[in-house]
Amino acid sequence: MSQDPKQSIQESATPSTDTRDARMGAGVDDRFNSKLREAFGASPFILTKFDEFMNWVRGNSMFMLQFGIACCSIEMIHTYAIKHDLDRFGAGVPRASPRQADVMIVPGTIVSKFGPRMKRVYDQMPEPKFVVGMGSCTISGGPFQEGYNVVKGAEEIIPVDIHVPGCPPRPEALVYGVLKLQERIRHGESSPVVVKPYELERFGDLEKDELVQKLASEIDEDDLVMRYNWADSP
Amino acid sequence: MSTGLEKEAETSVDEIAELIGERAIARDDHLNAPGFVINPADVQDVLFDLRDVAGYDHCSCVTAQQYADRYETIYHLTKYGNRTDEVSIVVPTTLEEPVSQSGEPVYRTADWHEREAYDLIGIEYEDHPDLRRILLPETWQGHPLAGDYDQTKPQLVTLAEHANPLQADHHDTESETMFLNIGPHHPATHGVLHVKTVLDGETVVDVDPDIGYLHRCEEQMCQQGTYRHQIMPYPDRWDYVSSGLLNEWAYARAIEDMADIEVPEYAQIIRTFSAELCRIASHMLALGTFALDVYGEFTATFQYTFRDREVVQDILEDLTGQRMMFNYFRVGGVAWDLPEPREEFFAKTRDFLDELPAKVEEYNDLITTNEIFQLRCVDTGILEPDVAKQYGCTGPVARGSGVDYDLRRDDPYGYYPNLEWDVVTEDGYDNYSRVLVRMQEVEESAKIIQQCLELLEEWPEDDREIQANVPRTLKPDTDAEIYRAVEAAKGELGIYMRSDGTDKPARFKIRSPCFSNLQALGEMTEGEYIPDLVASLGSLDIVLGEVDR
Repeated sequence: MSQDPKQSIQESATPSTDTRDARMGAGVDDRFNSKLREAFGASPFILTKFDEFMNWVRGNSMFMLQFGIACCSIEMIHTYAIKHDLDRFGAGVPRASPRQADVMIVPGTIVSKFGPRMKRVYDQMPEPKFVVGMGSCTISGGPFQEGYNVVKGAEEIIPVDIHVPGCPPRPEALVYGVLKLQERIRHGESSPVVVKPYELERFGDLEKDELVQKLASEIDEDDLVMRYNWADSP
Repeated sequence: MSTGLEKEAETSVDEIAELIGERAIARDDHLNAPGFVINPADVQDVLFDLRDVAGYDHCSCVTAQQYADRYETIYHLTKYGNRTDEVSIVVPTTLEEPVSQSGEPVYRTADWHEREAYDLIGIEYEDHPDLRRILLPETWQGHPLAGDYDQTKPQLVTLAEHANPLQADHHDTESETMFLNIGPHHPATHGVLHVKTVLDGETVVDVDPDIGYLHRCEEQMCQQGTYRHQIMPYPDRWDYVSSGLLNEWAYARAIEDMADIEVPEYAQIIRTFSAELCRIASHMLALGTFALDVYGEFTATFQYTFRDREVVQDILEDLTGQRMMFNYFRVGGVAWDLPEPREEFFAKTRDFLDELPAKVEEYNDLITTNEIFQLRCVDTGILEPDVAKQYGCTGPVARGSGVDYDLRRDDPYGYYPNLEWDVVTEDGYDNYSRVLVRMQEVEESAKIIQQCLELLEEWPEDDREIQANVPRTLKPDTDAEIYRAVEAAKGELGIYMRSDGTDKPARFKIRSPCFSNLQALGEMTEGEYIPDLVASLGSLDIVLGEVDR
């Protein structure tokens, strides 16, 4: 072993933070050193685009639609309630009215009678709006896929941003799904556009096929209708 | 087990045969009850006699089905005072003219059951007050559980009835009443229930629950599954408020009686133990959401009940591996034994039981002794016992109306007959009584769990048989028919099955307690204020998955 002193030993290479430390004062806890604080450093302002700022805000303050359909809604309530507490992630304010909501969690099986109603509720939500499909039923119809009355996934009717698989997904899984949604929103990714085989149309505008002719006396021309083409659905 | 009431006298088969007399054209006995075949024109006549003379005051279920050569309607009758005294009335109709007399004038509960039969099978009922579709949209083409239904046909569903109820055209100008849609997306309807309400000022004049927004073809799914394994996952999804095991038991009991399988005693104790945990979880949710409905208590009560549900779900997860959809029962037993290390599992359960009395005390402080709560609940939503029986109400709804009826005692199954517990009834007939019944049932369930726990702890290690010997492919006898029920969290959950000799049921019919209970909503709310409608609906504790199936 050489007796010569090591040449490489020098003072620490990290930048001096004296100014920042002085600004923050003594006794301030480490946990206040958020990423934002690091980004600010000693300077009290940042530069960003307004869009990016808005996306960041949107992702961190989401009002969820209080929307219970089936089994998954019980796990959804558990996600809002004590222990899992979705509010920790800035997404725990369930709103009963779609007009006040940003995010719709679709928790359960969608059947033919409910399809048009769900579309209506979705249409009533203000832009920008996001959808989390919760559970296997909203992906494909889940265990009820072969049912004569079951819509094969929520995406047949409304665009879905995040799919959370499971029957039902655990609250942790839903929290993860919501976090993923927040990530997407922060990066400015909007809802995907999908081909929707089921659309609400005015009954009078429908092609006069056998079924329409048969129902002509029962349905008002101005009524909205949804047509289910079971043979074409996945 | 509590001794309970004296049972009503049993009516023997000969007495029934004599009562029906010439009107019986044949016998068609089911595994659970004698069956009498009668003409479609004699339905009311025979049912009136059976109700008024022989005392069959409970029309538990109405099953409809199609054979290759005929339609058939079966009325499953029994007595509130003696559940094991059952009789089936079978009404065949021809394929060309499927018209049968309605049983609705005799049993009010037949109203919805017959509408369902019309909707799904296509049998029409004469004298029925309001025969229209109940589960499927009104514009639906065809009857899906009938033989020749083509599932790939396109269908149209309208949205007209969902127009804004506050628009001027929904005012009835002549009588000054207002039509109001409640639901299907509404926080107080506990799911996707749509209540068409007519109001006169603040008073409810007419209520018409519109169901079917969660009709996900459970009966079709079960008819497509094999008895042995494929049906068992579905019951979890009927009443999905963590009462999965109670529902699984309904199927397990029906198939075990049908195929004559004896369940080992040790498995019965585990079943009883876990089913009662489910009942606690289910009643906790009922309590929390009810408090939310009547006095907007989203903070304390709601969160406390969910905290306790989490504890129960944790225990059940340790046992079954799932939080909600347990799929733990098997035909002839359970899937596996208690988790190892057993001591830890017992300690966890015991901790829960030890803490429960203090929690119940807390709920009483928060809810039942709360003045606001009492103002909302005492003497609202009155359901007289006679009316409850007419509508086929069961479970906490019937017991809150003073009807002493609990299948765990009246039609014993599982390990209940060997345990010490009581059937809870209350005589207030109102929303408050129903809440009290549920809260006391939580304590009774805890008693049952405690006893099961002691039995399980002391059970000899070499005798832990969890599964009977069941053939890999179950094929019950051709044309065996059975109707069996258990006491689920909401009431009597019955299953009718008919075998055609294959490994899948030819007909699988679910008698859901919520379906019958919800029918009574009109009786409870008409003439009352609209806030009481919300309270009454909450106190019925319906689960739409089970109402619509």
